[in-house]
Amino acid sequence: MSLQDTFWGYARDNGRVGVRNHVIILPVDDLSNAASEAVANNIKGTLALPHPYGRLQFGADLELHFRTLIGTGSNPNVAAVVVIGIEPGWTQRVVDGIAATGKPVKGFSIELNGDINTIAAASRTAKEYLQYASGLVRTEHALEKLWISTKCGESDTTSGCGANPTVGNAFDKLYAAGTTLLFGETSEITGGEHLVAARAATPEIGRKFLETWSAYNDFIVANKTNDLSESQPTRGNIAGGLTTIEEKALGNIQKIGKRCRVDGVLAPAEAPDGPGLWFMDSSSAAAEMVTLAAAAGYVVHFFPTGQGNVIGNPIIPVIKLTANPRTVRTMSEHIDYDCSGLLQREYTLDRAGDGLLDVLFRTVNGRLTDAEALGHREFVLTKLYRSA
Amino acid sequence: MVHFIVHEKQDTTGVVVVEGVAAGQAVTGWVMDTDEAVQVTVRDAIPIGHKLALTDIAEGSDVIKYGQVIGRAVAAIPRGAHLHVHNVKTKRW
Repeated sequence: MSLQDTFWGYARDNGRVGVRNHVIILPVDDLSNAASEAVANNIKGTLALPHPYGRLQFGADLELHFRTLIGTGSNPNVAAVVVIGIEPGWTQRVVDGIAATGKPVKGFSIELNGDINTIAAASRTAKEYLQYASGLVRTEHALEKLWISTKCGESDTTSGCGANPTVGNAFDKLYAAGTTLLFGETSEITGGEHLVAARAATPEIGRKFLETWSAYNDFIVANKTNDLSESQPTRGNIAGGLTTIEEKALGNIQKIGKRCRVDGVLAPAEAPDGPGLWFMDSSSAAAEMVTLAAAAGYVVHFFPTGQGNVIGNPIIPVIKLTANPRTVRTMSEHIDYDCSGLLQREYTLDRAGDGLLDVLFRTVNGRLTDAEALGHREFVLTKLYRSA
Repeated sequence: MVHFIVHEKQDTTGVVVVEGVAAGQAVTGWVMDTDEAVQVTVRDAIPIGHKLALTDIAEGSDVIKYGQVIGRAVAAIPRGAHLHVHNVKTKRW
């Protein structure tokens, strides 16, 4: 089957198409986690997204916080949102940001109400939203409406030989079909930055990419206390046979295939304004990057692994694949797609890519991924610096 | 059976992709770029995912994988030896 012309998803008022239909209870800050989780516990089928931040942040770090929360609520995989914050001002800012999509969203603040009254009022709205969402049906949409992100994790050398090139093959085909694609992991391009820059659609985009990469690299060099062994590459990477950041990066960038061009550079959690392959300035830590991709509006994610990462995301399905036969054997419940046969020449890269596309279409049409079935909902906000 | 994979013909290291490669074993590699086979006798046990040297690599010289520099040898690495963090370091950080 491989590449199909259409998929079945949920049409949203802003023209985007979701592949899931969540009602989320979104805390603005750490203090509102308890009330958010209580609402989700009251109204079964809604989903709370607790996180540790949202107080005393300022400047670019605060802007990223808002962009991530508003982006998460605005993601087309989300049908409706209940926002809960300690005070009304920042709560309303998140509500207003999400309301621009046209979807149902309402905010509740805890000060002068207390947890119990807030939970009662928010639960009534959550119930209405859940019933509203349950009445929505999937409809058929052109493939170019699909937004797909990628990031690898717990990589080893088989990632660069097998799983990452398989994503790259699928990305080449999806790019030609006019979809909107994303990669990132700024620090993990180090050693292959010249190859990514050479793929830029214009010299200006190439320059912007190299500036973005240099700024992140300068930050690492300014703060490092050793050669970053065990941090980047991680201990798991090294156990899997990866020796240096250059080797890891050259394997990493196999994910952008051979034919895709890099069409633009995004700030963390920034939404792209057109189709093509976008680079996002982002952490290489798995849950941080996938959270940023979801906040930018991507609705499904390819996650190649070597040693076996178990990550998921609360609102977007994360499709995991590996070419490491030991990982397939020891961690099969986490592996949606086994491409280890590629390394034994049992099939071609082209066929491995088509197999991954089959899994993609099955997933976006509704089948749950391993991470969804296992309840992996890692929601990890990127923080740029200390709070005030 | 493919015991190890080489990305590009000019690479000086390859990746073991099967479990249980033992010291002294004659192993077969697949050069993905050119679709050629290559034979090496390994000097060390090499775990799956780990690398072997395809040529004698002098201390201080670059190690090549994907046709690119992935680091420099901090010890002499003979052909067939285990190539990893004990004898190769990043040139970046």
